[in-house]
Amino acid sequence: MKKVQFSRPLFPYLLLVPQLSIIMIFFYWPAAEAIRASFYLEDPFGFGSTFVGLDNYRDTLSGSEYGRVAWFTLIFTTLVAFFSLAIALLLAVKADTVLRGARSYRVALMWVYAIAPPVAGLMAILLFDQRLGPFTHMAQFFGWDFTLGVNYWDTATAMVIVSVWKQIPINFIFFLAGLQSIPRSVREAALIDNPNGLSRFFSVTFPLLAPTGFFLLIINITYALFDTFGVVDLIHKGEPGNNPVTLVYKVFLDGFRGGDLGGSSAQSVILMVLVLILTVVQFRFMERRVHYN
Amino acid sequence: MADIQTNSAASTVRRPRSKPIRWGLIGNHAILITGSLFMLLPVLLAFFTSTHTDVTIHKEGVQFFFGSEGGSNYHDAMFKKGGFSQNVDGARMMVNSLILGLGFAVGKIIISMMAAYAIVYFRFRFGTFAFWIIFTTLLLPLEVRILPSYEVVQSLGMLNTYSGLIIPLIASATGTFFFRQFFRSVPEELLEAARIDGAGPFKFFVDILFPLSQTMIAAIFIIMFVFGWNQYLWPTLMTTDESMFTLVRGVKQIMQAWVGGGNDIPEYSGAMALAILAMAPPIAIVIFFQNWFVKGLTESDK
Repeated sequence: MKKVQFSRPLFPYLLLVPQLSIIMIFFYWPAAEAIRASFYLEDPFGFGSTFVGLDNYRDTLSGSEYGRVAWFTLIFTTLVAFFSLAIALLLAVKADTVLRGARSYRVALMWVYAIAPPVAGLMAILLFDQRLGPFTHMAQFFGWDFTLGVNYWDTATAMVIVSVWKQIPINFIFFLAGLQSIPRSVREAALIDNPNGLSRFFSVTFPLLAPTGFFLLIINITYALFDTFGVVDLIHKGEPGNNPVTLVYKVFLDGFRGGDLGGSSAQSVILMVLVLILTVVQFRFMERRVHYN
Repeated sequence: MADIQTNSAASTVRRPRSKPIRWGLIGNHAILITGSLFMLLPVLLAFFTSTHTDVTIHKEGVQFFFGSEGGSNYHDAMFKKGGFSQNVDGARMMVNSLILGLGFAVGKIIISMMAAYAIVYFRFRFGTFAFWIIFTTLLLPLEVRILPSYEVVQSLGMLNTYSGLIIPLIASATGTFFFRQFFRSVPEELLEAARIDGAGPFKFFVDILFPLSQTMIAAIFIIMFVFGWNQYLWPTLMTTDESMFTLVRGVKQIMQAWVGGGNDIPEYSGAMALAILAMAPPIAIVIFFQNWFVKGLTESDK
């Protein structure tokens, strides 16, 4: 905080009123409601609700369906985070090296940021179409009979590819900014000490990029968990039944299609705890980074 | 592959006089061009496909060249009334998308600037408490509390309204956090000098802080506009009235018509034209204002 500050009796409260009231109505109220509903069994016809304690959580966690979805979400998140980070890092390192065309490459690699996930999903439905899609033809050429929306793992593959494609730009932007903030003198010293490019990358550049990389890892996990909703929703073409879905999508399915308010709320709360843990890890790490700098 | 390139790149550095073919450099460009094509090709194919007739696409698959139907396909996508109620067209959805994008960006900037100003520049009783109340919202994205949020908006009678579409999305502290970080980096001498000259909080904000913040405001405006325009889950739940659909929300309708169309030839070109329309404005903004955009992204998260 600033050392010099204004002190006025009323003015700061007036400034805070809009933000606080929106947060109270549209954040704290729903969040509290989710926690409350997760302990109740709602009558499907709207005739009140009964307190059932932790039953909703027990039912959710012991269901085989939930385990399956959780496993898929874990695999999906790992693959999306790994591939989008790895590809973006490779591209950022190369874009940082070349002199000619650096600016054009930067634009060419980042504009996809502006495409909404469901729009990417809609394009994917055509590009991965069983009969018309070029990707399917390519897969068939290698003897892979690719059927989007029919085969569980084929649909999952398409989901991962589209989600990675969507996430490369933001990782690229951050990695490039991180690389460009490495001081010239450090790079030159490293160049003299270690002529081998690959080993120089892993001994000097990579550790210096680690804070960016860690920050991006959290961003990517959050992205794969939540922001891929649009991709998932489009790619299984309205038939989530035998196709892969993520945990967030299941909250939506059970709550809005299934009418299981308690179960859906319990799942929401489980996700909230997960995000809380992620954020605490992130904050702790950022604190440490501030200390050492 | 990477091993070989970087090796030769290093050796060219050691012997700058000799001029061999620089495989390392070629390799770097090859990787970058491959990456750029990987990003570009899907959209390019979707665009080419959107300029052909549905029959051509149905027979021959995804198209790799320009067709002759581009004009009429895009005209239809913009102005042909469609949907269940037969009274919604692309132009209407585009207006809704604009209202959502602009309303969200402007509302967020005003509200979060006010809050950040109060938190950074004022000493008052519940200051720290307000800070924590606001920043806790960074922890939970809308997706995890989607059902109760829907119920709250429903009970307030805000379904199918612009305010119901925009205001709940503003209820997170990203913008406030951003402005707080920026205000804290503004030199303290400015405030001291302003106070010596007798400027009050309002005058200080209007005459000094606001002009200083203009680049930051532009940067966050671009990010927030794209974020608002691209919203999907919330508009999908909130809007059941087709005249309130945004382009991105309309995508789902297109998919459902496509899959459930029965024996008719699906409207491939219309779907792709709508996809291109839904992505064109945010892409244009990101490319046109790329410097602000990158600055806003990379500096907000520090």
